[in-house]
Amino acid sequence: MDMTNNFTARVKRSKFLSLLSRFARDPLGLFGLILVVLMVSSAVLANWIIPYDPIALDILHRLEPPSMAHIMGTDQLGRDVFSRVIMGGRIALKVALVSISLALSCGLVLGLIAGYGPPWVDRLMIILFDTIRSFPTIIFALAIVTLVGPSMNTVILVVIITTIPVYGRIVRAQTQSMKNNEFILAERAMGAGMPRILFVHLLPNIIGPLLIIASMDIPAVVTIEAGLSFLGVGIRPPTPSWGSILNDGYSFIRNTPWLIISGGIPLILTTLGFTFLGESLRDIFDPKLRKDI
Amino acid sequence: MNALLQVENILIRFRSKNRIQALLDRDRDPFIDAVCGVSLDIQKGETLALVGESGAGKTTLARSIIGLVTPQEGSIRFQGQELCGLSDRAFKPFHRDIAMMFQDPIGCLSPRLTVRYLITEPFKIHKVRNIDVRAEAKRLLEMVGLSESFADRYPHQLSGGQARRVGVARALALSPKLIVADEPTAGLDVSVQGEVLNLLAKLQDETQVSFLIITHNLSIVRHISDRMAIMYLGRFVEQGETGEIFAHPHHPYTKGLLAANPNPDPDKPKDQIELQGEIPSLMTRPGGCEFHTRCPFVQDLCRIDAPPVTEVESEHWISCHYPL
Amino acid sequence: MTNSIHASVLDIRNLSVEFATNRGRLKALRDVTLTVPNEKIVGLVGESGCGKSTVIFSILNLMAENAVITGGEINFEGRDILKLSSSQLRDLRGDRISMVFQDPMTSLNPVLSIDTQMIDIQFRSSISKAEKRQRAVDMLTHVGIPDAAHRLKSYPHHFSGGMRQRISIAMALLAKPALLLADEPTTALDATLEAQIVHRLRQLQKDLSCSILFVSHHLGLIAEFCDQVVVMYAGEVVEAGDVRDIFHRAGHPYTQALLECDPARIEEKTRNLPTIPGDIPDLVDFPSGCIFENRCSKRFEKCRISPPLRYRISPTHTASCFLLAEGGAI
Repeated sequence: MDMTNNFTARVKRSKFLSLLSRFARDPLGLFGLILVVLMVSSAVLANWIIPYDPIALDILHRLEPPSMAHIMGTDQLGRDVFSRVIMGGRIALKVALVSISLALSCGLVLGLIAGYGPPWVDRLMIILFDTIRSFPTIIFALAIVTLVGPSMNTVILVVIITTIPVYGRIVRAQTQSMKNNEFILAERAMGAGMPRILFVHLLPNIIGPLLIIASMDIPAVVTIEAGLSFLGVGIRPPTPSWGSILNDGYSFIRNTPWLIISGGIPLILTTLGFTFLGESLRDIFDPKLRKDI
Repeated sequence: MNALLQVENILIRFRSKNRIQALLDRDRDPFIDAVCGVSLDIQKGETLALVGESGAGKTTLARSIIGLVTPQEGSIRFQGQELCGLSDRAFKPFHRDIAMMFQDPIGCLSPRLTVRYLITEPFKIHKVRNIDVRAEAKRLLEMVGLSESFADRYPHQLSGGQARRVGVARALALSPKLIVADEPTAGLDVSVQGEVLNLLAKLQDETQVSFLIITHNLSIVRHISDRMAIMYLGRFVEQGETGEIFAHPHHPYTKGLLAANPNPDPDKPKDQIELQGEIPSLMTRPGGCEFHTRCPFVQDLCRIDAPPVTEVESEHWISCHYPL
Repeated sequence: MTNSIHASVLDIRNLSVEFATNRGRLKALRDVTLTVPNEKIVGLVGESGCGKSTVIFSILNLMAENAVITGGEINFEGRDILKLSSSQLRDLRGDRISMVFQDPMTSLNPVLSIDTQMIDIQFRSSISKAEKRQRAVDMLTHVGIPDAAHRLKSYPHHFSGGMRQRISIAMALLAKPALLLADEPTTALDATLEAQIVHRLRQLQKDLSCSILFVSHHLGLIAEFCDQVVVMYAGEVVEAGDVRDIFHRAGHPYTQALLECDPARIEEKTRNLPTIPGDIPDLVDFPSGCIFENRCSKRFEKCRISPPLRYRISPTHTASCFLLAEGGAI
């Protein structure tokens, strides 16, 4: 029931303010926002926050529980766990952002072409997408590592290759459902070519929900990275990673539980934060769920 | 005859089953005929109305004229040049001369672009250089009676009537010679319909643009068109000058359509003709005269033989064995 | 079947409804008063934004979450249904009050056969399933579905739009309601179908002795089909009366202008069709005088200052315009 259809005057209201006020109504979303802000700022300001060099050894003070000197204690080589966690967070975020943004761009372009282009291109893309998707991520990662060797770039590569088909399929589905919309027909009737239709008309209408899906993949990628590093096929020591901290904690659990806790808690909080935030954003941007006009 | 647009014997078919299904069903002809052997012409500065119920094939025919659908047979000549069979690239320059307005006034506008971008986009598509976008947008909006403030709005911020006018502005951008308007008054309130129609009439007076108007709203056809063609299941059943047809409809279907759009007067006597039933599906076309299943005057011949096209009066053709 | 104790099956008085929006309160209905007498067809006419759909939805309490009823009563068979509990209201819906919606494509459940849906809707009745099926077949035949007994097992998508709308009407009338609410039931259909369906409805109304509140913006249909007419504009009732009062002796300038604009009424070909220039006012921040003032060709000073009352033109005919004030206010 759109009563405002015939009004010519529109009250201008700061979009940002109304966005914030909508956030305020959703406590989980707010909580998520706070966690995400915390995580991102600690990653960005890492170099200023960390009290110690994350790879500096101090064997004399190994496996110490939290204290005034070391807020999260030390690991088996006497390194300050807090500094390693902060740095690990930075690396996790870097991996996530780089791999997701690259996967997004490639998936977007491939999906648009698959959805709008000729049927043979579509069939080819589908075969490609589905083949890659049928590999479990970890097995795939092990295969790539055997070829390329473990490193941060390996992790990024694995994530990109396994995520492109997911985004590609989503974009393809959206493109196919939108390509017969009247405004696309109108563009074709004006003589617009495929590039214009794809990038000026289809892309802006598809990217909104896609960005939200992608932002909810950030915690997934962080977890994948942690998992790969835990298995030893991801980020190589001495570079700190939450996964390797967890691995160390697992090995030394009888000496101290603090390593696992310190590695596990940031992972949990990051996942929760991005998930709540992503869901909240999705609800905000979906006009059908809005309770006010 | 130097008609602006000349359409001859257009046949448009769509596949109803893929090859495997057709093989399994032993169907030799797995097609449905949306438009069968239609011919029409439009002169410069003239308005032709294409009338009929939903499913008659009007939109399909219109889309073939604008190049969105390719006919299997027949010819479409615009200013003497053949359009059928042209590749997308070869057709492109014709998009400057033939513009289309779509049925859904807001749905045909790309939702995330401003009105200014939308109405000046034809310049970008056809690479017209040295254009002052703001000035052109203003000019086009003025032509359709909208103030410049509309240029910054988005489609969802427009009312139905305003969105229609933006559609007209966009169609006018490159000064076309023919505008195809698909249901220009659909979804508009009666008090606002006149605005759009008066605008189209004014533009025609000023620029001699021709219109092909598709509509099932017979009450507006009398006012906006010079000639009209009534379509049923992809064929024309009657075609001629509008005033003539309204005064003396010769085909029973035409009479039935006119009776269904009466003058709103509670005391006006009900016309005896009332069409029963619905337009049959294109998949199950009746034999003989395709209208015979609903015709109040049906006779034996109608069931067997398809009637030929005859000229009952000058420039007035119908397809019926027993014209009224 | 109607309750003959009360003269009107539906009696809406001073109904006001507002919607909470982020710009403020949108006053969608203001002091709406209308009556549907027993066994009569009342047409509710108006253009976009006039609130006619809101009236229908508020009768059944099917409104959006941000809707607030700020005043008035809706008396159905003598009872104010606004005061009923939700379970009492549920008892009425589909039984004493039925509704037919605008879009035939989406008002039937796509995954259930017509058979199931029509038997299901008779859940209040204690007759056997076979009897329910027979009643369904009878009603479908009544609305003009050919070969109804064989088509019961079909699904909605097997039928065309016109057929689906007939099925919706059949379902709405199965329970023999006292009042049928029809919200633009033929707007999505061709004129030829409209005529047929409306004639069927008229026949059914006589047979079942029910009342119909018929919402439409199609003046020709209203003229032919309705006994009485209520004209709404921007959330208010501006005129109400017998169908001849409205079409032959329209009192309110809006009604007159609306009738003039109908191209079907204009016999002479013209390239300058009449329109009503301007837009409806902002319903959040609306003017203090007459709601139609900014577009009225007959306005004068008083119209901008205070809103007109309802004035009586004849025993059957009222309008809210100062030009008719001599009749006396209601």
